[in-house]
Amino acid sequence: MGHCHGSVGLKNIPEGARKIVLAGNPNTGKSVFFNFFTGMYVDVSNYPGTTLEISYGHLGSDVIIDTPGVYGISSFNDEERIARDIILSADLVINIVDSVHLERDLFLTQQVIDTGAPVIVALNMLDEAERQGLCIDIDLLSDLLGVPVVPTVAVQKKGLSELKEIIFTARSGRMTQGLEPHMDRLINRVGSRGEALLILEGDPAVSERHGLQPESYREEIYLKRRSQVNDIIKHVLKETSRGASFGNLLGRWMLKPVTGLPILALALYAMYQVIGIFIAGTVVGITEETIMLGKYEPAVRGLVGRLISEESVPGIILMGEFGVLTMTVTYVLGLLMPLVVGFYLFLSLFEDSGYLPRIATLVDRLLTGIGLNGRGVIPLILGFGCVTMATITTRLLASDRERRIAILLLGLTIPCSAQIGVITGMLASVGGQNVALYSLVIFMVLVIIGTVLNTLLPGKSSDLMIDLPPLRLPRLDNVLKKTGTKSYNFLKEAFPLFALGALIISVFQVTGVLEFLQDLLAPFTVGWLKLPKETSTAFIMGIVRRDFGAAGLTSLALTPIQTVAALITITLFVPCIASILIIFKERSKTEAALIWATSWAVAFLVGGTVSQLYSAFGGDSQSMGSLLVILTFIIITAVTIFGCRLVSRGKAGILSDRRV
Amino acid sequence: MTLDGVKRGQFFKITSIPDNLVRAQAIRFGIAEGEVVECEEVVPSGPIVIRKNKQLLALGRRLAMQIAVTLT
Repeated sequence: MGHCHGSVGLKNIPEGARKIVLAGNPNTGKSVFFNFFTGMYVDVSNYPGTTLEISYGHLGSDVIIDTPGVYGISSFNDEERIARDIILSADLVINIVDSVHLERDLFLTQQVIDTGAPVIVALNMLDEAERQGLCIDIDLLSDLLGVPVVPTVAVQKKGLSELKEIIFTARSGRMTQGLEPHMDRLINRVGSRGEALLILEGDPAVSERHGLQPESYREEIYLKRRSQVNDIIKHVLKETSRGASFGNLLGRWMLKPVTGLPILALALYAMYQVIGIFIAGTVVGITEETIMLGKYEPAVRGLVGRLISEESVPGIILMGEFGVLTMTVTYVLGLLMPLVVGFYLFLSLFEDSGYLPRIATLVDRLLTGIGLNGRGVIPLILGFGCVTMATITTRLLASDRERRIAILLLGLTIPCSAQIGVITGMLASVGGQNVALYSLVIFMVLVIIGTVLNTLLPGKSSDLMIDLPPLRLPRLDNVLKKTGTKSYNFLKEAFPLFALGALIISVFQVTGVLEFLQDLLAPFTVGWLKLPKETSTAFIMGIVRRDFGAAGLTSLALTPIQTVAALITITLFVPCIASILIIFKERSKTEAALIWATSWAVAFLVGGTVSQLYSAFGGDSQSMGSLLVILTFIIITAVTIFGCRLVSRGKAGILSDRRV
Repeated sequence: MTLDGVKRGQFFKITSIPDNLVRAQAIRFGIAEGEVVECEEVVPSGPIVIRKNKQLLALGRRLAMQIAVTLT
């Protein structure tokens, strides 16, 4: 990965343009500033070597670049590495500071000042600080930092024009005291204050660029900076009252299990009502059935059909059952897009309100058992929308180990919204105990796989350490904008893969491979799963998309237990072709292939076990059979968890023996 | 004692954070060794939420077990 300082790795930055960089902690309202300064014309590009998107736009003849929200610049994670490189190459930094959290935010401010870059501070959310009884002496803060400070309330557009007018009064501020002797030693060798600072703070990447060893002054410098910041705050901040607002109270309720779990259930229920019922039913009914299947597909067939016959090989590939121009477009735009927009809308609401980190805190304990920490809840929830989208989101997990676990669990056990739609319809006719059988078996498979992976994979998952921002009412325009950007990026990424998937399956169909596979699969479906021979068609369809597979089951005459066994198998079956292609992109080829093979094995193993157990338990006495199968699975889960505990204790024992 | 033993509403001083990276992060949040902070909430057998002024930070249980504190 080349680090070109001139362009910070972004395209289309004109020669000679000054780089104005927006920097700040997460949730400080940076995006509002960015939108105000740049207006409509914003470019988004992937930062080289990472998967994070960086927005930049123009301000006169200069370029304004957004950075990910960070608490400091170093190499702790991808966000920081990007923010670090962009800030180090900045001609000017606009630092957005949350007035309510001066102690946290000014650490970054002081660090940016220490890089020597000209800085101007926007003291944002001043209204909220006042409401919370905080009074800040702005002139004194400006004196102590040595840089201009502009009071703003960005969401009400207050102070933004003033800031824009005096942007170029930004100047280098007062460095952290006691830094000079170290800096002087390095600055001549590396030529830049900022890079010298990061080498002193032991940043491995920056040191390597200069062929130097990272130095070990991080702690010393951090502590000096911290005490300088604390000193500044002591002088500028007065706290007049300390009232517990409703936001604080609600925030506390969200963390306590007694109140937090009902609140979470309520939030998820609202999400289900909107996405699962309204969007998946009403909206998709219009977009998929009426618009895409009713209008778009016939139009395309008519148009293309004039050039090539629908029965010819290119005709089948372009507009057949899995046509690139028909199925792909209908699926992505008619079905997936409304669902993805819905999910991102909720995610943005949860994110902007400050609820997400509280959910992560609440469920942390549960997720540590399956090798994730609280943050893992985000991709798992998103998986119910679209597993492909959720797989991309696993990028936010801290370690590779957690990503591996989350991606396998997503690919294996989480049914996406399209699939849930079909499955709910089929479960409606099988009776309560069989619905319970289905849900519990899937849930227990998730627990078993997670627990086993957590025990077998080397290392341990990272610990939760998460900032809980104050609860805020999300701004609608911000939420919508975020939803729009994220949905667009998802579609951009997934569309070509869906097209490729459709192409592959069409080729299979044309060449007869599809039929060959169906015959190959028959012994498993009939003998082991106790299903009619025709179900193998559904599984072949399931390779493309699991909900196709599930839909393929609806036309068959199945007994309730056959339905449940078939649904369990198809739910655990291989991830849809777009997901698996994303998995191939995100992980190593071996791992992706392993995930795919594991899904086959686990799906047939579990589905068959349910069928076999059910008939072993007598079969006909309906409800008893299901309950006994559930009971067996509970026992298997309990034994697995217990066994895994013993194994990890054994491991820990061996380790401590070695230490002695 | 360690952080996982504190109760809601108690004030305590953080005496040691052994992990380098966690310690550096904590300094950034203003919750460094030597600071006095309050326990905002304890999720049963889950994370500990600590507060300093308006800053809230949730720490996983296993992490909390490594952080030494003294009650004030």
